[in-house]
Parts: sequence; structure tokens; C-alpha cells
Amino acid sequence: MNDVPAIVARGLTRRFGALTAVDHVDLSVPRAGIYGFLGPNGSGKSTTLRMLCGLLEPSDGDVEVLGYRMPGEAESLRRKLGYMTQRFSLWDDLTVEENLEFLARIHGLRAAERRARIGELEAEYDLAPLASQRAGTMSGGQRQRLALAAATLHRPELLLLDEPTSAVDPQSRRDFWESLFRLAVAGTTILVSTHYMDEAERCHRLAILAEGRLVAEGAPRQLMRDIAAAVVELEADDVVAARAALQGDGAILSVAQLGTRLHALLSLDTPEPAARVRARLAAAGVAAEVHAVPASLEDVFVAATGFGSLSSSAHAAH
Amino acid sequence: MLDRIAAVMVKEVRQLARDRLTFGMIVGIPLMQMLLFGYAINFDLRGLRAAVVDEAGTSLSRAWIADLEASGVVEFLPPSPGVDDLRRRIDAGEVSVGVFVPPDFERRVLDRTRAPAQLLVDGGEPMVDVVARSLASVPLPRRDGAYGRPVPTLEVRTEYNPERRTAVQIVPALIGVILNMTMVIFTAAAIVRERERGNLELLITTPVRSGELMAGKLLPYVFIGLLQTSLVLAVGSLLFDVPVNGSLLDLYLAALLFIAATLTLGLVISTLARTQFQAFQLAFFTMLPSILLSGFMFPFDGMPPAAQWIAQVLPLTHFVELARGIVLRGAPLADLGGPAAKLVVFLVIALAIATLRFRKRLD
Repeated sequence: MNDVPAIVARGLTRRFGALTAVDHVDLSVPRAGIYGFLGPNGSGKSTTLRMLCGLLEPSDGDVEVLGYRMPGEAESLRRKLGYMTQRFSLWDDLTVEENLEFLARIHGLRAAERRARIGELEAEYDLAPLASQRAGTMSGGQRQRLALAAATLHRPELLLLDEPTSAVDPQSRRDFWESLFRLAVAGTTILVSTHYMDEAERCHRLAILAEGRLVAEGAPRQLMRDIAAAVVELEADDVVAARAALQGDGAILSVAQLGTRLHALLSLDTPEPAARVRARLAAAGVAAEVHAVPASLEDVFVAATGFGSLSSSAHAAH
Repeated sequence: MLDRIAAVMVKEVRQLARDRLTFGMIVGIPLMQMLLFGYAINFDLRGLRAAVVDEAGTSLSRAWIADLEASGVVEFLPPSPGVDDLRRRIDAGEVSVGVFVPPDFERRVLDRTRAPAQLLVDGGEPMVDVVARSLASVPLPRRDGAYGRPVPTLEVRTEYNPERRTAVQIVPALIGVILNMTMVIFTAAAIVRERERGNLELLITTPVRSGELMAGKLLPYVFIGLLQTSLVLAVGSLLFDVPVNGSLLDLYLAALLFIAATLTLGLVISTLARTQFQAFQLAFFTMLPSILLSGFMFPFDGMPPAAQWIAQVLPLTHFVELARGIVLRGAPLADLGGPAAKLVVFLVIALAIATLRFRKRLD
């Protein structure tokens, strides 16, 4: 059973008028793990998630979620699916307890079962002290815990989380990810969209989306190892001058700044990438410390989204 | 299924109870409208400000002017010295009716081919013209058969409302106006609010079905509608002495039918509006023609055919007919099959539109 992927999509496409929000995406999401969607705003993450849970109808393509064909069998999937929207979507004018109780009844939990499960969730997500507080008066982190409790109330097999940490502080984010790992260990398949690199790096597997297309897919470490570019890091006092010195070389595909450091991505066929960068800087009279480094996820993201030709080779790596 | 409907109802009532403004409006709108229409608005105009120019100055003219004032329709301010001054006072809005008695008043009275006096009326104000014209039928004082005009050919008997009290005309139909206003706005807003706040996006991914969601959201408003009906009837009876001549059960059945129709209208609006503000605008858009064309304020028969056609589409038109029939004429609901059937037709069509349009999906 566990060998069968939780989600299989082929040629998944969604158009809004002239705009193609999701463009022929193929997905295979394994069970019991955290699968991430990484991409900038407007890359089609939310639209893909919404098609997977039946909120939107695909314009084209086939999707099977937990063995149910979507969107036709969406109603049958609902009992096994938990969905956390990008925006807080519980009721502001109801208390924590009332919100959970309402959703528990909607999911058909009987009175005794309901009490027990709500008690469990309040303990798990540290909501007991807030039980009679209205959701509208809570902080971002508290709301997020409530939303996760609500999404897992009926012990779903699949959890879809649409940018769940966009409105919470770093500590809440850490706690939130701890909760996700516990759920994954217990066998839940989790699909989470994000635009944070550190979060993407925590996922078991990752799909990088850009302009509605899947441009890279794999485990984060594997993606970093297989990056279709040589990464050279340089530390210079005059970052602006260093940057200018690297302009105009066809082999240097992109330069990104990280504080006082620069990451240059060079095409793979460059014989001595670090030496080449050093030579250019010397020619321009810029003093810098230069060495080749392993790729970060950010480099992977830049390589995957920056150059259309590179995305296909990253793709072919699996 | 019932449990899920109950869950939605409980949630809806909880939210409603916390929304003080909406909760207040449930009671506030009927009370305010009752007091407005019952006390402030009066179709039976009395005490219009008037002035007189009496150039005859005979005992007959003075007696006649006294009779005019005794009718209660006008209330005379100090007289004007001449017609020019009278016109100026009408222009200035100081008076809305002027009475001019010419010097040859007595001779004109004897000459049946000429009107003895003239009435100047400000036609810019609604109703004033109609009411002032009723002065024209005030007879000249009789004096031993010498003068006087023939008695009117027609004697008017105002059935169901012999004292011609506006409250009696208004209250039964006002039930409809109030229900129309609150039911349409509250349901449309309650549903659109969930879409606006993103609650619907979450609800769609749960096992709740659209039918259950709609039923659970609308049922509390049925009780609220019946509550408002009772409130209007109670206030009407206590403050304005409006009787219910027909069967109370029939009236509540008619109200129930109308509540169902207006809730469905609210549902249709909720499928069209994207924001609560749009929902209010759309509700208001249906409200104004309902009040003006339903026969609530202006007689239905006097409207041009196009307006009558529009009125047929509005559920309020049919409920006004039902309510007046039952409350004032004491007619049983069974005798009012026409308007009742039209309400049912409206309900079925609106429900079909709402069901087709409301899908458990975002697009």
C-alpha cells in the first residue's frame, strides 16, 4: 500500500482566461513524508494545491489523490483530507473550542469521540489555555496552531498546507515544523507550499515551480548535488565592484548577493570555475577571496528558475 | 446529515448572537419602521397650512371659510390682503393652500354656471393637491333653503378601515416590507461574509454538502422572520389598534411562504455578489422597486403596464395582497390562491437559480 504514491498527476493544467497558472505539471508524491512546493508568488503553488483538493477544476490533465480521481471523486476524498488555507479561515467570532467543535461535528464525530479528540488536540497544540478565547483575538502563531489542529481533527491521511507559516514568528515556525514531523512519522502525507528556503530544505522531497511549470524535483540534498551549475563563492570588501567585474562573461550565468558574499553560478562546462572568477576579478583590480563551494538550495532555485535550458537537465536527473 | 445541518445552525446562531449590530437590527428595524409609519407618516393629510383672501367679507363667505377650517384639512394662518400677497406666500412656501373669495361671491353663489371661489394649490408636494381638492366638495352653509348646493351624488363608505387610519393600511403590508429587508440582506450578507473571510474555502474541503450548508444557514432566519412577524403584529395591535380579522394561522402560513421566497432571493444575491458591500447594494437594488411597486404605498392599479409587470416579479407584491386580504378583509388563505401560487412559483424559480449557481467550488 505504501508503495503507491499518495498523489499522482499527469499534465495538470489550469488556465484563467488567457493566463496559464499551472502548465502541464507531472507529480508523484510518496506517502508518509513531507513534500514541498517551492516557488515565488504567482508560480502556481496555490492553484496546484487547490486542484489537488477539488477546490478548482483542472483545465486539463489527470489527477489521482489517495486513489480518488479528481475532481469527480472530491466528495469521497474529503474525509481523508485536511486542508489549511493560506489565509486564516476559521471563524474569528467563535472561540477555539467552538471552532473545533463545529468542524468535528461537520466531520461526523460523535459527542464522546468529539470531546476526547478536541481534548487531545488542545493538549498537542497547546490550545487548552485558549479554549474559550475567540479566534479573532489570538496572535498569528496561536491561530496557526488552531488551524493545524482543525485540519488534523479527523486524522486525515493527507494534509495540504498552503503557505502555512507566512504570518508567524520564527519560534512558531520551528514549533510548527516539529508538529509536521510528528504527523509525518505517524504516517500522514503532507504537502506544503512555501517560499522560504529553510522550510523547503526541511522537506523530504521538493518540487520547484516557476511560472506554472515544474522546473526541478527531488530530495533537497539530491537537488543540491545535481545542480546544473558550478557554484563559486567570493568574499570581497567592495561587493559592488566585484559584481561589476563579473558582468559580461558568458560562462557566468548569475550572481547573487548574500551579505558581504557573492554566489556566482557558472555553466557546468567551465573547466576551472574558481580560477576563471579569480582571473576576472584580478583583471578588474578587485581584491577578493574566491573558492568553489557546494550548492545551497537557493542556488538550486536560481539555477532551476533562472535558465529555461537548465531546468530540463535538472529534471532529467531523476 | 441532520447532525451537520444542526452543527451549521448552532454556529450560525452563535455568531448572530455575538454580532450585536445585526442582532439589534432584527428587533430594531421592525420597531423603527412601525413607529415611523405608524406615527410620522400619514397618508390622511390634515392641517395643511393655508391662507385666505376674503374680498367679499359677507357673513356667508365668513361662514363658509369657517366650515373649511372645521373640516380639519386646512389650518388658516392670518389672512392676506390681496391675491398678489397670497401668491407670494405660496411661492415662499409659507402656505401650501390659498383660498380666494372674490368680491362678487354672493352673486356667483346664485349663478350656478360659475364657481363662487378659487383654490390655489402648491402642486409641487405629493398628496397636497389630492387632499386640497377634497375641500372643493365642502358644501356652502345652508340658510333656509335659499342657498346651498346639491348633496353629493355618491356616498363613500370606507370598508375595513372606516376611520381611514393610515396604520391600518400600512401595518399588514409592513410585515412584508420588514421581512423583505431583513431576510434578503441578512442571508446574502451571512453567506457572502464567509466567502469574503475565506471560511468557505475551508468549508468546501470538508464533507459538508452545499444543501446542508444552505439549510443550516437559512433555518435560523426562518425563526427570526416569524419572530419579526409576531413583533409587528403585536406592536400594531397594542399601539395602533390594528385588528387581525382573518385567521392568525393563515397569516403565519403566508408569512412562512414569503420568508422562504425572500431567503431564496437572498441566496441568489449571495451567488452573484463577491463582497458584502455588493450584497448590500444588490439587496437595496431589489428593495426600492419592491417598496414602490408592490402596492405597499401607491395603488397598484394606477401604474403603467410595464411597472405592473415588474411588480409581478417581486415577491412583496404578492405578500402585500395576501397580508391585506387576511388581516383586513378576513379572507381565508384558500381564497387567496392567486398571489399564494405566484409566491410559490417565485420560490421554485429562485431556488433553481440558486442551486445551479451555488457550487461547492471556488471557480
